[in-house]
Parts: sequence; C-alpha cells; structure tokens
Amino acid sequence: MTLRLEPPEDGDLAAWWRLALGARAAGLRPDQVIWQAPETADLFAAPVTVVPSPLLPSPVAPDEALIPLSEAATHLIETVVLHSSETRFALAYRLLDRLAARPALIGNPADPDIRRAQGLAKAVHRDMHKMKAFVRFRSVATPQGERFIAWFEPDHHILEATAPFFRRRFAAMHWAILTPRKSAFWDGKTLSFGLGARREDAPTEDAMETAWTAYYAAIFNPARLKPDAMRAEMPKKYWRNLPEAKLIPGLIETAAARTGEMIASGPTTPNRRIVPYQPQTKTRPS
Amino acid sequence: MDTLSKLTILADAAKYDASCASSGTTRRNSVSGGLGSTESAGICHSYAPDGRCISLLKILLTNFCMFDCAYCVNRVSSNVRRARFSVEEVVNLTLDFYRRNYIEGLFLSSGIIRSPDATMEMMAEVARALREDHGFRGYIHLKTIPEADPDLIARAGRYADRLSINIELPSGESLAQLAPEKSLPKIRNSMGFLRERIEGAKEERRVIRSAPRFSPAGQSTQLIVGADDARDAAILQTGAQLYSNYRLKRVYYSAFSPIPDASARLPLSAAPLVREHRLYQADWLLRFYDFSLTEITGAMKDGMFDPAIDPKLAWALANRAYFPVDINRAPKEMLLRIPGIGVRAVKRILAARRFGALRLEDVKKLTTSIKKVMPFISTPDFSPGALTDDAKLPAKLKPRQLDLFA
Ligand code: SF4
Repeated sequence: MTLRLEPPEDGDLAAWWRLALGARAAGLRPDQVIWQAPETADLFAAPVTVVPSPLLPSPVAPDEALIPLSEAATHLIETVVLHSSETRFALAYRLLDRLAARPALIGNPADPDIRRAQGLAKAVHRDMHKMKAFVRFRSVATPQGERFIAWFEPDHHILEATAPFFRRRFAAMHWAILTPRKSAFWDGKTLSFGLGARREDAPTEDAMETAWTAYYAAIFNPARLKPDAMRAEMPKKYWRNLPEAKLIPGLIETAAARTGEMIASGPTTPNRRIVPYQPQTKTRPS
Repeated sequence: MDTLSKLTILADAAKYDASCASSGTTRRNSVSGGLGSTESAGICHSYAPDGRCISLLKILLTNFCMFDCAYCVNRVSSNVRRARFSVEEVVNLTLDFYRRNYIEGLFLSSGIIRSPDATMEMMAEVARALREDHGFRGYIHLKTIPEADPDLIARAGRYADRLSINIELPSGESLAQLAPEKSLPKIRNSMGFLRERIEGAKEERRVIRSAPRFSPAGQSTQLIVGADDARDAAILQTGAQLYSNYRLKRVYYSAFSPIPDASARLPLSAAPLVREHRLYQADWLLRFYDFSLTEITGAMKDGMFDPAIDPKLAWALANRAYFPVDINRAPKEMLLRIPGIGVRAVKRILAARRFGALRLEDVKKLTTSIKKVMPFISTPDFSPGALTDDAKLPAKLKPRQLDLFA
C-alpha cells in the first residue's frame, strides 16, 4: 500500500512535525508514503490513496517520549525540511525513521542519507546566513513613525526560521522583510507572517544609500583586486538587491589604472613644513 | 566639508587595516531595549572587489596625524586630503548604517591629533556615546594608541568588544627606521596591559557575574609584509611570540600595498599577495594544527615560503619518514598533518571510521584534491608504495600555474 500525503506548508516546521509524527503513529513506513501536493500529482503514476492530513491520528508534538531523537537529529531533519529540493519530505521522513531506530547513524558521514541531508543542510544554513548578511532595509517615514522595509529572495524556505534573528537585532524598530513566498512583519511586539510580495512592493531607495555606496567604493583597495574571491562569497544572484553592487563593474574596470597611477606617480615630498612630533610630558606619575 | 566627503576620505584612509572580524564577543540582543545584537559568528554584510569581507564600518576619526610612519598614507609628511569627523557624525553614521543592516558595528581608528591622550579620549567617547546614549549592542572595535594614558585605554576597553594595537613592523630596528615616533617597548607594554585587563575582567566575572566586561573579544594586531626586508620566518616568529606573550586573538598579516603619496623610504611596488597568504596558512598551522614554529621554519628555504606550495605540504615533503599515514588507525595529531586534509575533514574521518574502515573512495569525498593527499596516506585498498619517497614528488605536486594569489 502506498499513501500520498499532502506536504505541509513551506517553512512551517510545526505542521511538518504534526504530519510526520502522525504518519509514524499510523505505522506508515517511509517506502509507503509519497509526499506530493495534489496539483503536482503525476496522473499516470500507479494509483495511490490520498490521505488528507486531518485523517491522520491526532496531532502529536515532537515528543521525546514518543520518538527518542537527539537534538542534533531533530535539527538536521528540520533543516532538510526547509530546503527547496523536491525530495526533502521523503528524505526527512526516512531520516526520522532511521534515526529513531539507530541514533548513532547521525555520526556517519559515509551513509548516503546522512551525506545528502548534510549537503541540503549546508545549503540551507548558507542561505540563512546570506539572508542575515544581505537583507538591506530601506527607511520609510509614515505618520506612525519610521518603518524599515526590505525585499529579499531566498533560495530555500528560510524566512520563518531567520526572522527571529532580525527580531533580536532590531527589536525597537518596526520592520518588514518581503519575499516572494511570504513576508515577515515586526511591530515592536509581535512577529507575524503574511502573504508573499513583489519587488515593486518594497521602497526603491533610501537616503543613506549614497553614503553606503560611497563607503563601499572607498574601502575597496584597487591594488588588491580579487573579483573571484568576492564572487565566491557574494554570488551575482544577490547583486540586484544590494545597492552597493551597481558599483562593482566600474570599480573592477578602473582598478588596474588606479594602481598603476599610484606607482607611476612615485614618492612625493611634503608640500608644507613638517614640525617634528614632541611627546607630551606626563604630569601624573606612571 | 560635508559628512559624505569626510566619509570618503576617512574610509579610504582606513582600508589598509586588514582586520574586519566581528565574532567572538559576548552574546547580546536588543529585545529588552537598545539597538543591535551579537551572536556567535560575525557576519560579512558585503564583499569588496578585493575579496575582503565588509563587516564593520571601518573608518578613521581623523586622518590628520602628527606621526610620520613611512608606510602610512596619513603620515604627517603626506599630501593626502585631510578630514575630521565629529564624535556625533561617527555615532550617527554607525547607527544609520546599522539600522539598515549594512554592518555589524564600528571599527574606529584614528590619526594622532593634538596628543595621543586627546585622540584616545575622543575615540573612547564615540564608544561611550554609542553604548550609553543610544543603547548600541552591536560590535565595537577600537584601535588603541599605545602612547596614551592607561586610564584612557582602560576606558576604551569598557565599551569596546575588541581593542587592537598595530605593531606593523616585525622588528624594533624597522620600527625605529620607518615609524620613528613609535616605540616597540611602549607597544609591548600596552599589549601587556591589555592582556592583564582582559584576563582580569574574565577572572572577575567568573566570581561576580555583574563585574564589568573588558574587551571581551580580546586584542589583535597587524603586521605589514614587504615594507621592510624582514623574511617570512622572522614575521611568523614575531606573530608566534605575540600570540604567546599577549594571548592575542588574531595577528593579521597585510601585504604592503602601494599608497597614493608614497614615501621615498619605501618600496614602490606591492608585496606579492602570496606571501601574505602563506603567512596566514602557517599561522593556522601554529594555532589549530599543533605545528611548532621550528617545524614550519625548518621546511623553508632561506627563511622564505615557497610561493608554489602551501606550508603544510612543504613540511610533509621535508618529513616524508612520517608518511604514509594510515587513515583508519592514525591518531588525530597525525591525521592533521596530512596535506590536503583540514580540521573538519579530520573530524569527519574520526567520526566515520567508527562505523567501518574508510576506503580511498571515502577519503576522496573529504578533500578537494585527492592527488595531493594520495602520496601521504594508506587505506585498506590503497598504498602509495614508492610514491611517498619519490624524489620527483615535489615537482609532481607543484601546481603548473600559480594560483590567483601569486
Ligand atoms: S600614527 Fe598611525 S595614522 Fe599616524 S602615521 Fe603612524 S600609522 Fe599612520
């Protein structure tokens, strides 16, 4: 018997646990479950029974008494669920099954499931890290006060998992992070999530960006041009949402000429009289 | 002069300092008020086309300076355009940048104006205003002026996450020649003072939770490579001594880079970036791989690193009697010595081999270059045979083309 389960909403870890633990409580083995949303179901595949999630045994919390999962195992499974890969739910459910039966498995990077899970987890963590780094707020004055709004395009379903970072950091500000799938809002008291947005919904400029891009240009050392190292950490796909990135081509192009000029112009002599430094005399005993 | 022009001049003057770390301080957030947070890892909010991380607003309070350090663009004898921020301008720029998520915090340095004390006092005032007047919980790194009064340095340490004193030149003679107003004994004194205060505050907080913090992310320094004729071995040795004498968190190595308005006392050409890169690699071997200084310098030629191969491979080639290392049986210390195998790969080997013997195929997945690893390891299905001791091995392992650092 194969059952088709409707996957939980993206990014909703609580819903994932309810479903997965419900399926386990119903005795479903990983090879008996297909995780597939109805609209993507393959019409020509072998017939499967669809189980609407409410029919599963009553929701269970990820309770240690039910399934003895270590913290590391729980974390790995949750991270896999946040990945955008199509096979994430199948892999997560298989991991749940295997790690519950054999907790030590998590330490074996030679196991194909573990290796694949670690690969997905790495991508998710990187995405979360880059979101913390590359979100750029733009300030908007409203009658209720200043609001900070950002537009960001993550690769994975990480908005819910990363938003608390911004709450801890910018607790006193009112901010919103808009993404295509969902948006996060913080009003100084509550973190809430709403519909996805479009790029045009976010403000297009901020007065501070002139200073920020000027800083970016000035802190770059043209004598050390290494664009590949930059791109490895800040891939091009992020550039369109980074105000400073529009300077990059010009900075790269002029770097060699600027360095050459510094060297060619040679040493200079001071154009005013230099008074040699005299150390201050300390009045206090040291 | 408006703030924007000052920012351009004072960021330009700050870019020769390699440090941009924002990690390793206490965890804080602003849930109960204020602005900002620090968590375990620092964040690079952008990267410049020089490949360097931009994590902090790295600026000078002023680039006016009474000193005449030959390698520095701000020296009194340079004709560079000068500017000077007010305390308030720095505070506002930091907060405005921070609120937009451009930065983790501030790295403030300064030329010396009026007197070392007056300058240090203004820098400490920026940090105080950020912390006390604005509840700023982000990261603050202050450059310390060794000639300043210890009380002022101590004040800076109460507000900063990190303090640093750049030693810049690896020997007292070079310092006397190129930075005549600076003195090595004074720098060492101040580093010793910082070490004492940093360790003292940690000790105190173990007993009294509410005791004040002092530069919780420690102290660091920078050494310039290629401004004087110091060899790699001497620079590395200075670095190693600084780590052990003053418990520095980091020593930054910065390849001398041509500056506008250069001094006639200096080379006009850039030091090869590969020197800096090899020094960082060796520095890592000392700190995380249990290598000793003499082991690394012993594999050098005339006190210089081979630009074509990394220092770990150089050591292995010079000490082939220790190889091949049995991947499945060797202790951790020996696994760490295998070229091409890093700390994380060693951890994974140790974890994985409890589940069964690792084969060459498994090792392949842990390294970017199995070719580099093979002469130095054995697995149940592989032995390098005569390759380990092959006289042509160094030539075989040298990359045909030097990497981008050359
Ligand atoms: S004291 Fe500092 S700012 Fe002044 S010339 Fe020397 S290195 Fe440059």
